[in-house]
Amino acid sequence: MMKALIERLEQKFRISEVVRQRNDELFMTAAKEEAVSLVTYLKEYEGFTHLVLLTAVDWLEAGRFQLTYLLNNNAVKADAGIRVYLDRERPEMESIHHLWKQAATYQRELKEMFGIGFPGSPRVDEPFILEGWRDIPPYRRDFDTKKYSEKTYFPRPGRKTYDPEEYMKKQLYPEE
Amino acid sequence: MADKNKYREKFPEKDPDGSNIIDPESHKFIKVWQGPQHPGITGNMSLELILQGDEVMHCKTHVGYLHRGFEKLMERRRFIQCFPLVCRIAVPEPDFNEYCLAATLEELAGIKVPEAAKWMRTLILEMSRLTSFLMWLGGQSGAFGLGVAGQWTNYVRDLMLDRFEEISGGRIYRMHIPPGGVRGLTPDGFRARMEETLQAVEAAMKDVDRTLFDNAVFKRRTVGLGYIPPEMVDAYGVTGPNARAAGVPKDVRRDHPYLKYPELDFDVITGNDSDVYTRTDLRRKEILLSVDLIRQIMAKMPGSGEYMAKLPNVLHWKIPRGETYIRAECTRGEYGFYTVTDGSGYPRRINVRGPSYTHAVALMEKLAVDCNIADVAGLMSSLHTYPPEIER
Amino acid sequence: MTKKDLDKRKVTGPDGEKFEVDPLRDYFCQERPRVHDPARRIWEGFLNWARSESLWILGYGTGCGAIEMRPLMTPRFTPNKHRIQWRPTPWQSNVPSSAAICPSRPQARGPGSYEQMQGPKYVVALGSCTINGGMYWDSYNTINRLDKYLPVDVYITGCMPRPESLLAGFEKLKTLIREGRGEGQNLYAKHFDEYKANQKKIIRDWDMPDYNW
Repeated sequence: MMKALIERLEQKFRISEVVRQRNDELFMTAAKEEAVSLVTYLKEYEGFTHLVLLTAVDWLEAGRFQLTYLLNNNAVKADAGIRVYLDRERPEMESIHHLWKQAATYQRELKEMFGIGFPGSPRVDEPFILEGWRDIPPYRRDFDTKKYSEKTYFPRPGRKTYDPEEYMKKQLYPEE
Repeated sequence: MADKNKYREKFPEKDPDGSNIIDPESHKFIKVWQGPQHPGITGNMSLELILQGDEVMHCKTHVGYLHRGFEKLMERRRFIQCFPLVCRIAVPEPDFNEYCLAATLEELAGIKVPEAAKWMRTLILEMSRLTSFLMWLGGQSGAFGLGVAGQWTNYVRDLMLDRFEEISGGRIYRMHIPPGGVRGLTPDGFRARMEETLQAVEAAMKDVDRTLFDNAVFKRRTVGLGYIPPEMVDAYGVTGPNARAAGVPKDVRRDHPYLKYPELDFDVITGNDSDVYTRTDLRRKEILLSVDLIRQIMAKMPGSGEYMAKLPNVLHWKIPRGETYIRAECTRGEYGFYTVTDGSGYPRRINVRGPSYTHAVALMEKLAVDCNIADVAGLMSSLHTYPPEIER
Repeated sequence: MTKKDLDKRKVTGPDGEKFEVDPLRDYFCQERPRVHDPARRIWEGFLNWARSESLWILGYGTGCGAIEMRPLMTPRFTPNKHRIQWRPTPWQSNVPSSAAICPSRPQARGPGSYEQMQGPKYVVALGSCTINGGMYWDSYNTINRLDKYLPVDVYITGCMPRPESLLAGFEKLKTLIREGRGEGQNLYAKHFDEYKANQKKIIRDWDMPDYNW
C-alpha cells in the first residue's frame, strides 16, 4: 500500500529522500513551494486526515531549518511525514491553518521558539509560551541555555559538574 | 438542554466566521481571568474569558506557566541522561514518556527487547492509565461541586501508587522503563496484593456510580455541555477518549498496536455524542477496562526471565542518523515522541506531542464560547487537559 | 492583565462622562510593607503557638510538586489532624507553598500572591528545584534559587517530595514558628528593594504595581 502511495506521489510531486522507517511509517522530503499542496493532496485524496504534529529541526551546520508535517491515515493506519527545508537566514513558510484548526497553535509555537514566520496564520505574533522574551528564539541551536541560565537566575554556588562519561567510567569500570 | 442560543440571536453581532464581535467600549462585556491561580483549573494555565452576564462570549487560553524547556535540555544531554528527565513532562502518568523515549531509541539503534520486559511495560503503562483516570475522576466531580468522589478515587489511586512503589521504589516518578527493557519484574506476592487493590478500585467505582452518575445535579449540568460533533474530531486534532465519545473509534492500542496489546482481549469503547456526561461515562468504562486488562496481563505475564537487553556502553552510546515517531495511548489521547538523531551521542531534536496540545488550546477556545462561566471548569476537566505537556 | 491596561488613559463612563484613570495609583495600594516588631515575650509566645496551629495553605500548584498535594488532602494522610488546611485564594491563606519547579512565568504570579496574603505569612518551598534548580539547573526558563525572590522558611527536598515528607516539612515549619524564627515576612519587608529588583530582573514586562495587597 505504501509503495503504491509513493508511486502516485512521485507522479504528481517532486519528492525525494523517501525513507520507509516502519511498515506503517514513511518520511519524504518535498520542495518548499509544493509542500502545502502535497499536504492538501494527502489530506483530501489519500485519507491522511489527522495532523499528528508540526515541528521544526534546526540543522545549524547546513544553514537550514527542517519542518516536519506528520499526518496520520486512520483508515489504513499509516503515517506520512513530510520534510521541508527552509533557509535559515529568512525562514518563512506558507500557513496550513485553513486545513486544521490546531495548526495555528503549532505555527504560533514555531514562530516563538524557532522564529519561523507563517504569514496569515491567526494570532501568530502573540506570545505563546514565553513572556517578554528578548533573546534569540530559544530552540535554535545557537542559543546557549546554560549560559543564559547562569546569567539570569543566580546559580547556587557549590554545584559540581562532572563529565558524565568520565565520572561514570570511574564509578562503574574503575579498572579499565 | 434548552437551546441557549435562542435568547441571544441578536446580540452580540457575529463575524462571518461565526465568532462574536467583542467591543469593550460598549460596556456590555467583562473580562475575567480564570487562572493561573484558581482551584477550578486543571493545572497551571489560565483562561481569559470575556463574559456577557454569566455567559462566555470569547475564550483565550494562556499557557506557558510550566515551560521548563525539556526539548532544549534534551539536546544538551546524552541519550541515557534524557531518561530521568523525560518522565517530568507529564506528571500524572510519567511512564508514557519513558516508554516513548525507550521505544524510539530501541527502534533507531536496533535493539530487541525481551518478552518479559514487554509484558512488564504493558503492565506499568496500564497501571499508570488507571491511576491517571482515577485522579481525573476526582477532578471532574470536584469541578461540579462533588468533592467526596474525589476523596474516594484519590484514596484508591494511592493504593495503586503503593503497588508502583513495590515494583520500582518510586511513587510518582517510577523511572522503570529505561531504554533496553525494564529495571525489574514484579516482587513476591505482588499478584495477590494487586488483586486486592483492583477489588478496592472496583468497590470504589460502585460508590462513585451511585454518587456521581446517578446524581440528578451532575446529569442536569453535564448532558449537552461541551458537545463535540464527529466532524470536529479530525479538524481539531482530537484524540483519545474525547474522540471516542464522539463515536470515532480512535485508539492507538488497537490502531497501531504496541507492546503486548495485540495479545490482550479488549474492545474499543465508543460513545454516541461527546458531551461532558458521555465523556465522563466513557472514562468510567475505561477504568473498568483497565482493571480487566491488568487482570489479563497478570494472568499471562511470565514471573521470571530476561528483562534487560544487552546495551552498548551507554556512556558513549551513539545512535545512527534517522528519524521516527513513536506513539502510545495515554489517558488523554495520543502521546508521541518525534525524534531526529544525527549520528552523535546527543539527540538532534525530540518533539513531544501531548494530546492536550490540541484539546486545551484550539478545542477549548471553541467549546467554551456560549458556555456558562460556572461550567467552564467542568468543561476543561472533561477534556482532560494537562498543561505541562502543552508547553513542555 | 497586560501592560497596556496599566497605562494612564481617558475613559468614558457609562453615563458619557470622560475622566482620566491612572490604574497604578487609583486601583492599587502603593504602601510598602513594614517590619513588625514582636510583641512582649509571653504574649508573642502565645501568638506564635496560635499561628503555628493554623496553617492555611494557598492551593496554587506552581509546578509538578502539586501532584502530591492531592493525596495529602485525602483521609489517608489527614492534614487536618496536623492543623493544615488548603484555601483557594491568597486572601484566606498564609502559607504559599511554592511547588517544585519555578518557571519564570508563574514567578510573576508568585510574588503577587505572596503580597496579597495577610501576615504573618510563611513560605514553604517544595522540591529540589527550588533549592538550586534541580533537574532544570541549566534551563532558560526556570529560576534556580527561590530565596532570591521570596523569603523561604522551609525547604522540602525530593523530586517529588512524598506526602510524608510534606507533612514533616509542615511540622518543621510549626516548630520554627513556635520558636519565633518564622520571620520571613519581616525579612521581605527589610530587603524589599533587593527582592523587588530580583523579581523585576526575570519579569521583563512588569505589569503589576510594586506592592499590591
